[in-house]
Amino acid sequence: MELIPKVTHHYLRTKKKFPNVWCAGCGIGIVMGAIIRAIDKLKLSRDEVVMVSGIGCSSRMPVYVDFNTLHTTHGRPLAFATGVKLAKPSLKVIVITGDGDALAIGGNHFIHACRRNIDLTCILVNNQTYGMTGGQFSPSTPFMKIGTTAPYGNRERAFDISKLAIASGAPFVARGTAYHVVQLEKLVEQATLKKGFSLVEVISHCPTLYGRLNKEGDAVEMLKWQRGHAIPISAAGKVPPEKLRDKFLTGVLWDIEFPEYCEEYDKVIAEAQRRD
Amino acid sequence: MKADPKGVLTGEHYLDGDHACAEGALAAGCRFFAGYPITPSTEVAERVSERFPDIGGIFIQMEDEMGSMAAVIGAAWGGAKSMTVTSGPGFSLMMENIGLAAMMETPCVVINVQRGGPSTGLPTLPGQADMMQARWGSHGDYEIIALCPNSPQECFEVVIEAFNLSEKYRVPVLVMADECVGHMTEKVVIPKADEIKLYPRRYTKLSPREYLPFKPGKDLIPEMVKAGDGYKFHITGLTHDEKGYPVMTWEAQEKLVRRLVEKIRLNADEIVHVEEIDTEDAEVVILSYGISSRVAIPAIQKARKEGIKAGQLRLVIAWPFPEKKVRELAKKIKAFVVVEMNYGQMFYEVERCVQGDCKTLLVPHGGGWVHDPEDIYKAIKEAIK
Ligand SMILES: Cc1ncc(C[n+]2csc(CCOP(=O)(O)OP(=O)(O)O)c2C)c(N)n1
Ligand code: SF4
Repeated sequence: MELIPKVTHHYLRTKKKFPNVWCAGCGIGIVMGAIIRAIDKLKLSRDEVVMVSGIGCSSRMPVYVDFNTLHTTHGRPLAFATGVKLAKPSLKVIVITGDGDALAIGGNHFIHACRRNIDLTCILVNNQTYGMTGGQFSPSTPFMKIGTTAPYGNRERAFDISKLAIASGAPFVARGTAYHVVQLEKLVEQATLKKGFSLVEVISHCPTLYGRLNKEGDAVEMLKWQRGHAIPISAAGKVPPEKLRDKFLTGVLWDIEFPEYCEEYDKVIAEAQRRD
Repeated sequence: MKADPKGVLTGEHYLDGDHACAEGALAAGCRFFAGYPITPSTEVAERVSERFPDIGGIFIQMEDEMGSMAAVIGAAWGGAKSMTVTSGPGFSLMMENIGLAAMMETPCVVINVQRGGPSTGLPTLPGQADMMQARWGSHGDYEIIALCPNSPQECFEVVIEAFNLSEKYRVPVLVMADECVGHMTEKVVIPKADEIKLYPRRYTKLSPREYLPFKPGKDLIPEMVKAGDGYKFHITGLTHDEKGYPVMTWEAQEKLVRRLVEKIRLNADEIVHVEEIDTEDAEVVILSYGISSRVAIPAIQKARKEGIKAGQLRLVIAWPFPEKKVRELAKKIKAFVVVEMNYGQMFYEVERCVQGDCKTLLVPHGGGWVHDPEDIYKAIKEAIK
């Protein structure tokens, strides 16, 4: 545990639940570190943070962090978080989910959470696969990539998760990577500060399954791929379109204002009481 | 603990069962509702959406029933008393998270206004065929509590009882109404707030350092906390220890699942709730619940007029099943006649308990309309042969 910086250590259930379940080289731990540092920077007390997750490798995160933590059912963490936040709006509710959790089984909850605009921070670890169940293809597995249930190549088209969130009405959408940790920390911070639903899609890596199946190399190789394929949105205008084709944009992709649901509901309460 | 007068609509009203359920929830202190519209339960949601904001409560229409059940559990851990309402197809979708509520020992109430099934079945007409689903519908081994109101007045009362039981035993409690009861309008008398007794949430008095989220008391039930009170708890659907952390061993499984089952089974005598009509001298006892229990009354009266000693054992609480009561009666009577709107669900539970001590007859019905009292009468005649 000496290798873990002091700040991070303070937020971990080190005596209780370690070692963790993640494979060596997995990106999820990097994401957890970025979230912890962002929360520390925001000076949120550990007790006012609620972390809610679904099911998957990424969704195992809550058990390791010393907040109020709910590890729920596959695909449904946003719906659980909706209940927690509405019951006690003073809490900072952070949802950890995976690409399978949020977009396959939880797709409906995902688009409606974007649209409903409750003040939740959703961190979606997009490792392009179902890690926990052994590397099957997911709704974000790119066309023709291999999964354990797509041995001849995935013939489905992948979701562009951030675009989906924007189209569904999310007022704040950002994309980061496990490689660009400093940026990721900032994006999580901004998302947490945003009043309303915010999504941070994190391009991450699963070296054990996706990486091995697709011959993408070890964790270091996969991190290098992220470095080589991420284009900051600020620089996108300067890059010729043909060079953008196989790349993805990072940074704050979308940031607009829209009335937040809890605040709107307070108005409903005021209106109902006025009518009496 | 007494009810908060803000939620109690004291007085005499004419309400249908659905609306009475909503008033029961308000009186019970429920302040969070998440649901998805479905006939014949929608009137509960409609009334709640209007009444809850008035007293600072929250209504949210979710995108589906998985989400509704999830939000209800989330709200409970945020500190609210919470519930949802549905019917057949939605009840099936809630099963996943009803199991999670049982595993996380989350107090909450689910009302199922039963309609004819399977599948979409008869959306606007009655059924009572979800009784076994109520008992066993989610995967794995667990116990729940289920109540069956037979009038709008009882809808009001039973919903309060459901909240009290869910707090006391920390289980999801199911109110298994039916379309007839949900849509019939009758007089409902709502008492004064100080006449309504509520079971408070079992919040711990221990400090965060001493507290273990799943360490049970003598009655096998652990104390609860909510987010933001300094306890920084972890809850999970995985098999867990007293700290709440996952443990993947058969020993942990045995300890946890056994307690989830026993906290209801060993307290069953205290939970059981039946109504007995003329059972003291009865030779034939009708066992029924919900609307069917009312349809059976004319048949019992007709039989009595003819000198047949008929009576009724009505399940106000169907689960846990009143095993002792049924066994006791079976030793004294000639027959149980089970009247339910299905092809045998509680009937087999009766057979299991009777163990051959008396005859058992089923008067089945596929749902869509109530039994003909004449068929029940005929079964009584058959029973005394
Ligand atoms: C209802 C249900 N169906 C299937 C599963 C099995 N399951 C567990 S995790 C998982 C996929 C997780 O993938 P993702 O959300 O991408 O997370 P990752 O493991 O890659 O982090 C599946 C299908 C389940 N737990 N529940
Ligand atoms: S299987 Fe993949 S996603 Fe899961 S912990 Fe291992 S590397 Fe990470």
